This record gives sequence, structure tokens and C-alpha cells, in this order.
Amino acid sequence: MSVNMKIKTIFDKSQNGRKGITLPPLDVSVDTKINSSLLREEKARLPEVSEFDVIRHFTNLSNKNMSIDKNFYPLGSCTMKYNPKIVERIANLDGFLNLHPHVVTNNFSEDVQGSLETIDLLEKNLCEITGMSAFTTTPQAGAHGEMLGIMMIDKYHKSKGEKRKYIIVPDSSHGTNPATAAMVGYEVITIKSDENGAIDFETFKKKMNRDVAAVMLTVPNTLGMYNKRIKELCDVAHEYDALMYYDGANMNAIMGVVRPGDIGFDVIHINVHKTFATPHGGGGPGSGPVGVNDKLKEFLPDLGIKKENGKYEFTSGGFNSIGKISPFFGNYGISLRAITYMTVLGSNGMKNASTKAVLNANYLRVRLKDYFDVPYAGMCMHECVLSAKTLAKKGVSAMDIAKYLLDFGLHSPTVYFPLIVKEAIMIEPTETENKETIDYFCDTMINAVKLADENPEEFANYPKTLGVCRPDDTRAIKELDVKFKY
Amino acid sequence: MPYTPHTNEQIREMLDLIGLDKESDLFSSVPKELQISGINLPEGLDEFSTFEKFKAIAAKNVTNKTLFMGGGYYDHIVPSAVDALAGRSEFYTSYTPYQAEASQGTLQVLYEYQSMICELSGLDVSNASMYDGASALAESALMAVRITKRNKILIDGGINPTYIKVVQTYLSFRDIEFEVIDVENFKTNRQSVLDKIDESVAGYLFQNPNFFGTIDDFTDIIEKLHVHKALAVVSAYPISLGMLKDPASMGADIFCADGQCLGNYLNFGGPSFGMIATKEAYIRNLPGRIIGRTLDKDGNEIFVLTMQAREQHIRRHRATSNICSNQNLVAVRSTIFMSLLGKDGLADMANLCFSKASYLKEQLSNIDGVEILNKENTFNEFVISTPLSSDDFLDRLREKGFYAGINLANIDDSFKNQILVSVTEKRTKEQMDAFVSSIGDVL
Repeated sequence: MSVNMKIKTIFDKSQNGRKGITLPPLDVSVDTKINSSLLREEKARLPEVSEFDVIRHFTNLSNKNMSIDKNFYPLGSCTMKYNPKIVERIANLDGFLNLHPHVVTNNFSEDVQGSLETIDLLEKNLCEITGMSAFTTTPQAGAHGEMLGIMMIDKYHKSKGEKRKYIIVPDSSHGTNPATAAMVGYEVITIKSDENGAIDFETFKKKMNRDVAAVMLTVPNTLGMYNKRIKELCDVAHEYDALMYYDGANMNAIMGVVRPGDIGFDVIHINVHKTFATPHGGGGPGSGPVGVNDKLKEFLPDLGIKKENGKYEFTSGGFNSIGKISPFFGNYGISLRAITYMTVLGSNGMKNASTKAVLNANYLRVRLKDYFDVPYAGMCMHECVLSAKTLAKKGVSAMDIAKYLLDFGLHSPTVYFPLIVKEAIMIEPTETENKETIDYFCDTMINAVKLADENPEEFANYPKTLGVCRPDDTRAIKELDVKFKY
Repeated sequence: MPYTPHTNEQIREMLDLIGLDKESDLFSSVPKELQISGINLPEGLDEFSTFEKFKAIAAKNVTNKTLFMGGGYYDHIVPSAVDALAGRSEFYTSYTPYQAEASQGTLQVLYEYQSMICELSGLDVSNASMYDGASALAESALMAVRITKRNKILIDGGINPTYIKVVQTYLSFRDIEFEVIDVENFKTNRQSVLDKIDESVAGYLFQNPNFFGTIDDFTDIIEKLHVHKALAVVSAYPISLGMLKDPASMGADIFCADGQCLGNYLNFGGPSFGMIATKEAYIRNLPGRIIGRTLDKDGNEIFVLTMQAREQHIRRHRATSNICSNQNLVAVRSTIFMSLLGKDGLADMANLCFSKASYLKEQLSNIDGVEILNKENTFNEFVISTPLSSDDFLDRLREKGFYAGINLANIDDSFKNQILVSVTEKRTKEQMDAFVSSIGDVL
């Protein structure tokens, strides 16, 4: 295919000798030289542009994004709720922004009492919300937290002289769960879901044995359903001393309603960018605090805090600690945002958030249930999963629906996940959206169904208003272009 | 209630449509006996009170010291344009660019980011960022194991000690053998490294300039690694690449680094981001997201997530890594920063860091009692020793308004009385002279 419209990158805008920055002056004179064999022969060809060029280029690029502040963004499993501005304002206070982490190495804990207090506050809040007995904020994202959790479980078994082989996950799990198990050296047993979308209890019981190190579950699961037999599952696993891992991706459904620790889960990670409104940032940075019960406390990673005589101090993890997974306190700046958000919400606000999240999802589910296939009937929690299976027979796929929505100022829901639902459309409205927006979304979805009846071919042309439409992903791989070429 | 816009009438209307009597019925699928009555935490605070509370907490932190502390986290300038652009909510309230048409902004920035990392390193392909420099190094080690199908990693003792600890954690759970080769006079122990390279080694990890600031050329070591089909993995300080021999010119196979220094605040250690670049032949072994340019159905250029068959959401337990997110917004900041710096700016900044550090090194060498321990070929950091214990020395300078460096004795007992001193372009001659005279006073 010949190229129609070419994109101008920042490199295409470069002009020899143009500068976008004035650096502090060289106010010393020295004649120290470095051996030329150690020096770079040619400069790195970064673009040569003015400050204003940079401002205009990146401002224009930002306009090409859909974002929560501009659009309803109902990505399932992602909890795209409004990010309150007060959180950013606090995180940008000089006292938080300009702390050097090596004050830890120097043991200058007295100089960072404020930040250690915020870490303590966050840990205590999370313990209370989840029912766990201790938290660490060192993991830098949910998947990083998963890795830490499985490492601690591995150490737990080793401390009892056992080396177990398997991690159990349901077939509805996030891809990070099996990938994490492999990353820590485990083999994965995948258990199918039953007709209600829950992990099949009988199969689960059959597969349990003393070679299973842990069971990783998302609760409510990725179908948005709460497993009524969750306590029994924990009990069965514990009979074999296998530990229960709680993937906290869907915490936004249950704050103030039910606590994983009370049910019997041994370890949990929280995705603060989901439940606790830290900005998604276009894909990060996140922060993935991990909570444990008393069984796993001794395995917590290197670098924590304790309070003695009214002063916070650093702790380096005990004899059985798994070691370091981050140099210092992980993505501290993100953890800080989470605790400020929790402070605004408080206990009442958190329960209210979960309640309204579940209200919005069920309202949306009921409004759409007659227009789409509903793979698993019944009340959902904070998100609902529909299927475009019937529409697909008319030639309109879940992806077509996703692309259609973009033209109406609506970001697409998650599509083709969970993997166990054909033509899955996974919708998570969150509590911060008003009824009018959800109604508009539902109306647009229903219009899509009508269009599928009248003119299914038309879907191939969506989106029509964004300047680009339907990338050729195969070409992207075959004619790999992953950097600007001079 | 904060941030929920529901009116009472709407709540009623919505419950009616669902067919529920009251809000608590929404949780009917959660077994009654598991439900709790509420969370035992304080009630929410209004915005004003929240701000006052955290402002008071922030005031308990000390940020008025002049920094001569580096060790992987550097006090560089952050131009206003970086904050202004990265503060646009179109960047910070969007998410993973799965829907390409709705995410061209983020995707193009990341493509430009990848291009810049390739320019810094001289290598062919970069991913769209990792968590931080330490995890990028650990993932690079795992890459070397995957590519060579060997099970042993050599770790140079000149690597940032906190990175080494993170790498050891990642490797130990995989039963991957590793060995740390201690430095000699703060420099790679060349002979020892060369002696250990054989057919069992997957990769050799090293850092340049190393943690102690020493600059080296690893070309000969890399040649031997390649003779034995092992890989060279270098962790480098991005600003130094404005001046120092780039990883590709040394022959390195994988480059990784921490991106904090490129337009980001210190943030008490995070968020920062990690970078990884490699040779094109190894692209399928890269962890994390990769952005590519392709055409849409009308022949228009468009950016997309590509080579996704490496990733966890497709490949599950066979993925190259479990990583899902990148540190996108921080990588966006650094792309803006590198655009502002440009080709000459990066070189100028590197030269400022080097020259100012050289000045300070010279001044300190004239003080009785101060010994410079790595005299030659350092970039912007170097090690000093004084007759005082490291703790004592740092405490005294702290009282005079300086964070004088990193306490190496707290990292390893063998570094008794030693301090790692760092200088960036932000330090003025006046500050450095005041620092030198304060050191003279305390000794």
C-alpha cells in the first residue's frame, strides 16, 4: 500500500543548531581530560528544536489522546475513575518532590519524617480496608506486587523445608497471574470456570495437592462476579497448606463490604491506580502495595518502617526477608497520591465509592442485557461482561463495537477479555460517572446494535472522525518500524 | 459524598430499574456472613483540610540541604516545559494505548522515546520503558538467560549495590547462578572478570560509569564474552552518554538505565523509569511494551502497540516477563526533556557535570585529611575518605547545610570512612567553594 498521510515526528521538526534549553553556566575552569578512548565519537542525534516547538508538538500530541478528563473511559478491569486534582497538588509540594532516596543509606530518617508518616498512614489504611496485618509499599505496580507475593509464598514453603511446583489460576484470570508464576519459577495449573463463571469447585478440589504452592484468585473475578464459595475455596487450599493469593485489581467493588483477610486470604496486592484514583498516566507509573497476614510477615521485603519513641525509622527486613525488589520505597510519589485520596474519602466515602460503582455497573447491565448476549446471568459487581457473539454472526465483532464508540466521544470498553467469553465486551463505568453519561453510553451501544441490523458493512469504516482508522497490525510486525531512522 | 455525582432521585430510579429495594441489596452475591459493617477509619476530610494536613506533613521533611548526593538519583534541572506538558490531563488521565486510534498522542510520544533511547545507546531497538533502573537490569539478566539458554550471570561489583540486591532477588527465585566480582580500587577487576568468562556464562552485567564514578572501556571484556557467545549487559547513567562512549560502540548487547535524571524529580526514589535497548536480533526477547509505526486501512501512518505476542496478556505463562504497565508518564516527561536538551544540550549538560565535578575533586584534594580514592577518569562522582567516620563526617556537614554524599560504610564495612560525592550542573562554584570550606572546618 502506498503511504497516504505521513506523520511528522519531533525528529522531522529538527533544525541544525536550534536549542530548547538554556543550561546553568560553566562557572569553573578545569583542565582535567578523559582518555579519548573513553569518549563518545558522535553525539546522540536528539532532535534540535526550540522550547516553543516542544510545547506545540507535545500539546498537539496530547490532543490525540482520549482521556478520563475528556471522555467516558469504561475499560473493564482498569477502574478509570476521576483523578481528583487535590491529589496532584499535594504530591507536587516541594517537601515531597525533592527528597533524595539515599537519605535511607545515610540513615537520616529524621529528615524524612513526613514521608515516612505518609507511608505508615497508607499501610495502616490498607490493613484496615483489606483485613491484612501488614503492608509493604515497595512494589512498583500490580504485577510487581504479584511477583513479590509469590516470592514470599515460595519462601514460606522453603522455610518449612518444602519446594512446591505449581500455582493454580482460573482460566478467567489476568495474564499477569500465570506470567508471574512463571517469573518466580512455578508451573501453572489452569482451572476452567463453571457455568456461573466461577472457578470450577470440583475440578479445583481434584487438582489440589501438596505440590500446589498457591492459588491466585481475582475477587470479584474478571467477569465481575463474586464467588459465593470463596471461603470454602480458601479452606480447601489451606488443608494442603497452599496459600491464597488475592489479586486486588477489583477492590473497587468491595471497600467497606468484605475484607479479603477475614475470608482467609494470605497475601494481596492492590493496584492503587484503580481503586485509589492515582492517575493511570497513559499506562503507568503505578504502585502495587502488598499486604500479608501473620504467616508471611517475616518474608516481607527489605526496606520498611517502624515507629519508636514517636519517631519513624527504617527497617531492612528480617532474616527470612525475600530481599529487595525495589531499591527504596517503590513508586513513593504514587503511594502518596493514594493516601491523600483515601484521606478525602474516609471510611464513609470508600464504602460509598464501592456502592455507587456497583450501582452504575448493574444499571448499565440491565439497560443493555436485552441487546447483547449475557454470558453469565445475575447481579454483577463493579463491572459487567457482555458478549457480541450474536452480532458476530451478522459480521459485527466486539472490536467493531469498540471502534464505533470512539466516534461518539466514548472510549471503548475492554474487548476480548476475559478470554473465556467469546467476543467479550467488559464494561466498568466506575462510581464517578453520572447517570446521564451512562445513559448516553447505553444509548450509543443500542444504536450500534441497530446499525448492525441495518448495515453491518458500515462498521469497517469506524472510527471516522479520529484521522486514522484500523491499523494494519501484521504490517507493523513484518515491516518493523520502532524508531526514527535518519 | 466526594466524587460520586448521584442524586437521590437518580439512585432510586437506578435501583428500580435493576429491581432492588435498597443500595445494600447490590451486594447480595457476597455471602452475608462475610460482610462487614464498615471500615474502621476516620471519616473523609474536605479538600481544604486535606491540603492543610498534608502540607503540615510535607513540612516535616527536610529539603533545604545542598545536595552532593547521587548514587543513581541525581539533582538535575527540570525545565518548566516538562511540568507544563506532562501535567496535561490528556497524558496523565489516559491509559494503556490498546485502542490505537484513541491513543495516538501517547503512542507517538513513546515511539519518539524509543528513538531517543536508541540514539543514546547506539542500539537498534528499545522498549517503551520499565519500572526503574534496578528492575530493568534484572530483566536484562533474565533476557540474557533466555537468549543464551545458559544459567549463570556474572555481576560486576561496580554496579549500584541496591541494583545488585534487586537483581539477586529476581535471579534467586529462578535458580539462576550468579557471582558478584568485587572491584579493585573502585574499578572493574579486569583479570578476574576475564578469567571467569567461559561457555557457561549467559551474561556479564556491568555499569559505566560505575557506582563509584569510575569510567572504563569494556571493549576487551565484551570481545571475550562474544567469543564465548555470552552477552554484555551495561547499565549506564543517561546524562553521561552525552560524553562517554556509548554502549553499542563498546559492543554491548543490552543497555539498561534509570531515567530519573532525564527531567524528573527525586520523588524519594520513585516513580522513575527504567530503559532497555538491545540489538534487533533480540527484539523477541525484550520484556514490556513496544510501539511501532504502520499504516491504517487508508494508508495513513499510525502508531500501534506491536510484537505483543511477547507479553503477558497474550502469552500468559510463556510471556517474556510478567510486566504489564510501563512507567509511561515518567517516560513522557523524559521524552519532552530530551527534546528540549537536543543533540548539543545533552553533550553540554554532560560536560557541565564532568567539569564541575572535576573542579570539586581538585579543590577537595587540596584539603588536609581528604583523600580522593579514585583519582583518574571519573565522570561526576568520586569517592573520598577522611579521618572521620562516615557517619560523623556526614552529620557534621549536614549541620552546615549539606548532604555531603553517600555513606559507603553503611553499604559495606570495607568502605570505612568513605563517602561518594556527586556533582550536577545545578551546583555553582559558590556552593562548591562553601562546601569545600565547610569540610575544611569540620576536619
